[in-house]
Amino acid sequence: MDIFIQQVVSGLATGGIYASLALALVMIYQATDVVNFAQGNMAMFSTYLAWSLLQAGLPYWVTFAITVIVAFVGGLLIERVVIRPVEGAPILTIVIVTLGLLVIFTSVAGWIYSYIQKPFPSPFPDKPIRIGQIVFGAHDLGAIGVTLVMLILLFLFFRYTTLGLAMRAAAQNPVSSRLCGIRVSWMLGLGWGLAAAFGAVAGLMVAPVVFLDPNMMGGIQLYAFAAATVGGFTSPLGAVVGGLLVGVTENLVGTYVSFIGTELKLTVALAMIIIVLLVRPAGLFGRTTVRRV
Amino acid sequence: MAADSGAGMAAKTATGRTQSVATPRSMATSRPVRVTALLVVVAAAAALPLFVSGFRLFQFTQVLIYGIALLGLNLLTGYNGQFSLGHGAFYGIGAYTSAIMIDRWGIGYGWTIPAAGVVCLIVGFLFGRPALRLEGLYLALATFSLALAVPQILKYFEEWTGGSQGIVLSKPKAPFHLPLTEDQWLYFLTLAVTIVLFVLAANLLAGRTGRAIVAIRDNHIAAEAMGVNNALYKSVTFGVSAAYTGIAGALSAIVVAFVAPDSFDVFLSITLLTGIVIGGFGTISGPIYGALFIQFVPNWAQDISKAAPWAIFGLFLIGFMYVMPRGIAGFLHLLWIRLTRPAVSRDEGR
Amino acid sequence: MGLLKRFIAGVLLAGLTALVPAGAMAQTVVGVTATEIKIGNTNPYSGNASAYGTIGKTIAAYFKKVNDEGGVNGRKINFISYDDGYSPPKTVEMVRKLVEQDQVALLFQTLGTPPNSAIHKYVNQQKVPHLFVATGATKWNDPKNFPWTMGYQPNYQTEGRVYAAYALSHVKDPKIGILYQNDDYGKDYLKGFEDGLGDKKNLIVLKQTYEVTDPTIDSQIVNLKNSGANVFFNITIPKYAVQAIKKAHEIGWKPLHFLNNVSSSLGTVLKPAGLDASKDLITALYMKEVTDPQWRNDKGFTDWVAFMKKYYPDGALDDQSNAFGYNVAILMTQVLKQCGNDLSRENIMKQAANVKNFELPLLLPGIKINTGPTDFAPIEQEQLAKFDGEKWALFGEVIEAVRK
Repeated sequence: MDIFIQQVVSGLATGGIYASLALALVMIYQATDVVNFAQGNMAMFSTYLAWSLLQAGLPYWVTFAITVIVAFVGGLLIERVVIRPVEGAPILTIVIVTLGLLVIFTSVAGWIYSYIQKPFPSPFPDKPIRIGQIVFGAHDLGAIGVTLVMLILLFLFFRYTTLGLAMRAAAQNPVSSRLCGIRVSWMLGLGWGLAAAFGAVAGLMVAPVVFLDPNMMGGIQLYAFAAATVGGFTSPLGAVVGGLLVGVTENLVGTYVSFIGTELKLTVALAMIIIVLLVRPAGLFGRTTVRRV
Repeated sequence: MAADSGAGMAAKTATGRTQSVATPRSMATSRPVRVTALLVVVAAAAALPLFVSGFRLFQFTQVLIYGIALLGLNLLTGYNGQFSLGHGAFYGIGAYTSAIMIDRWGIGYGWTIPAAGVVCLIVGFLFGRPALRLEGLYLALATFSLALAVPQILKYFEEWTGGSQGIVLSKPKAPFHLPLTEDQWLYFLTLAVTIVLFVLAANLLAGRTGRAIVAIRDNHIAAEAMGVNNALYKSVTFGVSAAYTGIAGALSAIVVAFVAPDSFDVFLSITLLTGIVIGGFGTISGPIYGALFIQFVPNWAQDISKAAPWAIFGLFLIGFMYVMPRGIAGFLHLLWIRLTRPAVSRDEGR
Repeated sequence: MGLLKRFIAGVLLAGLTALVPAGAMAQTVVGVTATEIKIGNTNPYSGNASAYGTIGKTIAAYFKKVNDEGGVNGRKINFISYDDGYSPPKTVEMVRKLVEQDQVALLFQTLGTPPNSAIHKYVNQQKVPHLFVATGATKWNDPKNFPWTMGYQPNYQTEGRVYAAYALSHVKDPKIGILYQNDDYGKDYLKGFEDGLGDKKNLIVLKQTYEVTDPTIDSQIVNLKNSGANVFFNITIPKYAVQAIKKAHEIGWKPLHFLNNVSSSLGTVLKPAGLDASKDLITALYMKEVTDPQWRNDKGFTDWVAFMKKYYPDGALDDQSNAFGYNVAILMTQVLKQCGNDLSRENIMKQAANVKNFELPLLLPGIKINTGPTDFAPIEQEQLAKFDGEKWALFGEVIEAVRK
């Protein structure tokens, strides 16, 4: 029984990592209808900026705040400057542009900071927490906590602020929104900015665990896609739950289903995606959209 | 423009607006002109080995192979509107089918090409059937998962696939003692396969099947209402598209003479998608432009900047999308229209 | 019909071309002039393995130093290195470019097992020296079948065997757990270890794998502890090695812990994992580990630091890869020196197979380079070391590799 709980706990920890990036992915999709392939790498780049600030001697939480703000502005600018010219183009064109951003960010990070991995500090204490036979790190708990806080903030923002309402309107029905006086283009920029900020937080939480290097987010982004699919691309809560689910399932299957073992762990995560898509395409928490024909 | 746009493509954009794109298939140029242009291109391709040799020829053979793979993907995504982020998987399955048949069963490489096609046709169809219910993003994600799973699965079945060490093959010599180098023979073989596949695709798309496929993309509900069996067409298109890409994979196994699981990772799928968008999706010529781009532009980027070549590549990608959002084929088509129909009245133009 | 005709025409045209003799050979010795030697290389400067790209950069920097000091026998080294992104098809393309277009004299330190596997046959067919390949796989030491390919580092299987032998002789009732990366590198180590156990393979109680796309391997460590293993063979790259050491310490698992040489860096692995948590780890070394304080005043080390500061200032001084590149570049230069003025490919290969008791500044004392006509493995010695909380304390004798 102990090992089961331990694996679940470990799974929640890894799942927390996926969840934080999945939130950012869902954020952008909700605001702009675009799947941003560069999300993870933008997060990685923000984390490198944080690393530079920390190297310069700034205290952690100050760095955290500055990084999030810079990421927000960066995301907004990218939308305004890079995405704007192709806003009216087919979706795939925009997707290719995000791919271009992906390679640019990775390449520039590698050029400036080199490819060797760097350790990154965690704001949470290093001592492990023991409950009976179960052990987990304070950082894992802290990271999940931070993700939940982000989730709540996002929920409050969309539900209870005018700006949040305007953003949701702009994403769902740009034409009508314009008629209501909403500056749709700026809403898109805002969406990117927020997603970038969330991504930066994800990066800061992830780096202590997986170490900072330009390819750090590669594997995680894959799992984050799985998480967002399972939970539903239209639901931030779904993204978080999806992430935790993917993490736990991965671990349990790897431990208990011996013919799969750890060699097909990734395949398992992906089989999950396919099953969810077949049974409930909108994801566990997503809204099934009904279109008028 | 509306008059000759034929089956326009309605593309949903990020801000919800839909627009039509004229498909070059229904160009304003006359048939004889187009056929002559095609003949010139094919003749030039056939004469290529006169001017280049060795590794350059190898590169152009790769271009042809990518061209076939991209045509397959284009069939599914460009013409039929089903987004696939997983065609790297079919490329890999085709490559391994060929490699295993040659290495483990001693079958002649020539037979492995259609065999790979058949295997991928079946796999593609089987995948396409349940995927029918998925659209847009969700289909993309399902295919994405397929792409991710394939390298792991290939490594798992070690006795067949050689695991992560891969399978080493030998480059075939020209048959019947033809005085050709291995590179030249493989180039001609690939060229022949390319021509056959492109002609088949063009015929398919020009006929009723083609119209049904495009109709499904533009408005699948209307298509269904008009009697098009969506389920059948969509799955068959998936299968055919997979078959094409699988054949390309088999050719690549023969030409490179080596397969390893990690060569067929998700990055390959993304590269293929990039290829069709850059080349111009929903077109027959697009795949060739796209193939040239993905083969040569990364090398140019390396020549330009040793320090951060991929950053240069990324800039190329973005730049291309700014200047030619419909891809190279789309851009050339617009150019052609501009040149041959200078006096377009204000009312007609868009 | 037009298709078939065109195809036949093409074949005939090509046939005619092939009959025309190729242009006269411009040089009698490929890649060499009176003032220059061209050396070709591929490295992963992009993609998942890009951390190893720094080896190529270190080598380029070293050759610049050699050139600044006058070159080798009056000739400057022109080091041409292309990015293959660790992708075999790309490696094939780039190597063909190096051989056919750039006309290099030899290939040096091409990196990665799959990339090298892809070009293995080609370079031997073309009779191009394929020297000191940057991979620990065992198959490069096969002069009978592949006379143009030579390895460099002690291969992974040898190292695995060394650990197996130690476990069998030092643990009373060994129950062995193994964590390995699910690719050729991981499997090669595994094979060596299992071969070393011989008929005692059943002592392995659990094997766990991971992919480089996995964010953590915590779950695998938990399973390994749970299996009751008291010996642990840790086959992971630095990123995961840190996690493994840390997690094992966290959950109170203290087996006899073998850490593969690939992740033996004090600075990049042991420190982040925790020096305390890393106590009693055992590894097999052949190089001086550059973050290990015991080499602080060693001449080889200080020379390397001076070189890095002058010629590769961007390179990290705690990255063992940079030491690796430095060492192997010196070996290459030595081979070129031994060639004198005969830089034909045959002689380059002959001299590469004729290095006797050559010392490199960053090899452990007692370990020397030796090659011969049937011995294409330059480094075959290793020494075990145990981490004492501060440094890798070498113990025992220098071990000669057990030949296959």
